[in-house]
Amino acid sequence: MFLAAILPLGLFLFPLWKITLEAPQYPTPLGMYIHINDFVDANPHDIKNINLMNHYVGMQYIPEAIPEFKIFPAGIIITTILGLLIAWKGNYKWFLGWFILMIILSAAGMYDFYLWEHDYGHNLDPKAIMKFTNPDGTQMGFQPPLFGSKDILNFRAHSYPQFGALFLGLGIAAGFVAYFIGKKRHKKLPS
Amino acid sequence: MKKILKSTLAIVAVFAAFTSCNNSGKSGGKSGALSSNIAEKVYVAPGEHDSHYAFISGGYSGNLTVYGLPSGRMFKEIPVFSQFPTSGYGYSEETKPMLNTSHGFIPWGDSHHPDISQTNGEIDGRFIFINENNTPRIAKIDLKTFETTEIIEVPNSAGNHSSSFVTENTEYVVAGTRFSVPVPQRDMPIKEYKGNFQGALSFISVAPETGNMDIKFQVLMPGFNYDLSHPGRGKSHGWFFFTTYNTEEANTLLEVNASQNDKDFIAAINWKKIEEYVNNGGGKMMPAEYAHNVYDEHTHTATSTMKKEVRVINPTEVPGAVYFLPTPKSPHGCDVDPSGEYIVGNGKLSANLTVHSFSKMLKAIEDEKFAGEAYGIPILNFEDVLAGSVEQPGLGPLHTEFDDEGNAYTTFFISSEVVKWKLGTWEVIDRKPTYYSVGHLTIPGGNSRKPQGKYMFAMNKITKDRYLPTGPEMEHSAQLYDISGEKMELLLDFPTHGEPHYAAAMEADLVKERSQKIYNLEENKHPYAAFSDSDAKVVRKGNEVHIYMTTIRSHFTPDNIEGIKLGDKVFFHVTNLEQDFDVPHGFAVLGQNTSELLVMPGQTKTSVWEPTKVGVWPFYCTDFCSALHQEMQGYIRVSPKNSDVPLKWSMGEDIE
Repeated sequence: MFLAAILPLGLFLFPLWKITLEAPQYPTPLGMYIHINDFVDANPHDIKNINLMNHYVGMQYIPEAIPEFKIFPAGIIITTILGLLIAWKGNYKWFLGWFILMIILSAAGMYDFYLWEHDYGHNLDPKAIMKFTNPDGTQMGFQPPLFGSKDILNFRAHSYPQFGALFLGLGIAAGFVAYFIGKKRHKKLPS
Repeated sequence: MKKILKSTLAIVAVFAAFTSCNNSGKSGGKSGALSSNIAEKVYVAPGEHDSHYAFISGGYSGNLTVYGLPSGRMFKEIPVFSQFPTSGYGYSEETKPMLNTSHGFIPWGDSHHPDISQTNGEIDGRFIFINENNTPRIAKIDLKTFETTEIIEVPNSAGNHSSSFVTENTEYVVAGTRFSVPVPQRDMPIKEYKGNFQGALSFISVAPETGNMDIKFQVLMPGFNYDLSHPGRGKSHGWFFFTTYNTEEANTLLEVNASQNDKDFIAAINWKKIEEYVNNGGGKMMPAEYAHNVYDEHTHTATSTMKKEVRVINPTEVPGAVYFLPTPKSPHGCDVDPSGEYIVGNGKLSANLTVHSFSKMLKAIEDEKFAGEAYGIPILNFEDVLAGSVEQPGLGPLHTEFDDEGNAYTTFFISSEVVKWKLGTWEVIDRKPTYYSVGHLTIPGGNSRKPQGKYMFAMNKITKDRYLPTGPEMEHSAQLYDISGEKMELLLDFPTHGEPHYAAAMEADLVKERSQKIYNLEENKHPYAAFSDSDAKVVRKGNEVHIYMTTIRSHFTPDNIEGIKLGDKVFFHVTNLEQDFDVPHGFAVLGQNTSELLVMPGQTKTSVWEPTKVGVWPFYCTDFCSALHQEMQGYIRVSPKNSDVPLKWSMGEDIE
């Protein structure tokens, strides 16, 4: 359980997610790493260049900072401390509680990410230089995929988790494993 | 004379036989498999990269062109000594100082012999140097940006031809004079040339870290023509060798009068010895006037400084520093083999190719076996320094390059061929025709201890029917040969720009990895740079108006400007805010009588415009930068001299 609680701290070392944009005229694709507390260029000036591309279709600039950059790290630190406390004092049932809490928080995080992506891809400047519509006449959105790959005009967008997410996932899984081990031990122990 | 003519004819006949023999052999094998094999050797598939860079001098274009081998494709023309409206080089305020000289602004040059910097006798790909023949100058091009970053004028020189070759650690880039002149320049009768004119050989030091150039000393030699030169290397490192012609010191009808002596000289200069002499205070400073122009990659601006004196050396005052090696018949190229032992004097009017031995030269000097002296400089005996000669290899030898297997390749202008021969045995191994009348040839890694083999290309002076005709004037032609086998194999014809005199070539990797993609905006220290649209402004200082303008896809800021009056001098300082690879923006305004600007990402360039007519004049981006490139435009309003239209500017809204 100690391991489970500590693993998510890897998020402070490694990026959580990466969005990559490929196009013929970008032999080196544009890319953005999403860290728990920052957006980072995959190659120098990538975010600036993504913004420059996107302004043609009226998308907003990727902000320097978002409130999540404060909330998420705090969330991780709090849940880690909580996990450590549980590992130290609590019993296996608490392990399950921590596991469920982490699942809920992660799902909330993903939902938040989806909302931001949706807004980013659909809330377009009405004075956009180029306006595209879907075959059914509705305004075309440019939302990158939440997970996976997708064609957006001349770009192919990829959105995949990175090392940080792996650490988070391993931590959560370890929490669940700890619950099982704890449960087994509990059964064996004559009480 | 008749005899010579006869024997010449005989040689030509023999060569013709050889050549036709080769040709028939080749055309026999050219069908089917072999010809497709040749095509594969030069085919670089779309999107693939060539294995070698070739930097080919542009001659009277004043520039340097960059090619890929084996494809023969041209990638870039680097402006060096000539104004270049494509980028604004020599027209923009920042680069005009690059073309400043003691004779004022010179818009043109004649570039000759590029040579790449070296470390420990091997090409290091940091800088490339090239000489300007007409108004003597040496330029340095930074191979990180492929831009000319420094030009130094060479005083006391004229016809800066035996240049710009570097020593094996780039201690010096050396510039010799083809035309001797009065030193210092003065008003005197031309017929008093003999004994009064001098030839300056300049040793320009190159700072190890920055590459900054400075004339360390000039050796004032007798008034011969110093035609070409090469450094010693390996065992002969510390020496420099110059071919001479016109040791007759003729000043008129040189084609006859400078071709009388049976032998001219190769001058051997022990520069290490002279350097030591200079470091101990030797030589004297003489008044001179020469420009030193340096481009700063952070301010994106060149400055020109006029230097006032130069250190000159009288060679007779440094014992043991300079010797003459007799060499038959007006030698042209002066080439040193990779080991540093052999010095080839390509006697262009001689039937044989003369090769001197460095160790025999040292021995003769040690034994003090001199045949005489010229202006106090000892002359060695021809036989004492001769390593051997290649007997009747062709007509009109000009230049020799070497591979890494002990072979030499010499161009023959008159018989229009390249001849491969063996160092040491002096036997001819192969000969291949060139089309036509070859001048220089280049093997990648040529002027170094480590030639990189595989390819050789010949740069020809005459093109005639090699390509689709383009009227009386046409580009020159080069031919690429595969030299990896015993026999040379012609692979490709490719046109070259201007008149190439020599080229430097190397494996691509070193340079490719370091080539810069953009200029970092954060490192831009240009005094008139604007770093965002909100920095853009227009400032009047008397009749000068400075426009701090930005460009980013796809607009100028400001794009509406009013309050300019006739008689104003308008400075467009254009900063390209892009930080993406290969997104330049251009700038042109109607009636611009300088040139357009092509501004690279992160760079600032300035164009001066002095409007001559009242009106509202458009400006626009000349480089198709983006999908909205056609929309990248603006207007500047020019009012009468006495108008009171206020100075105002805007972007995205109307001027109120």
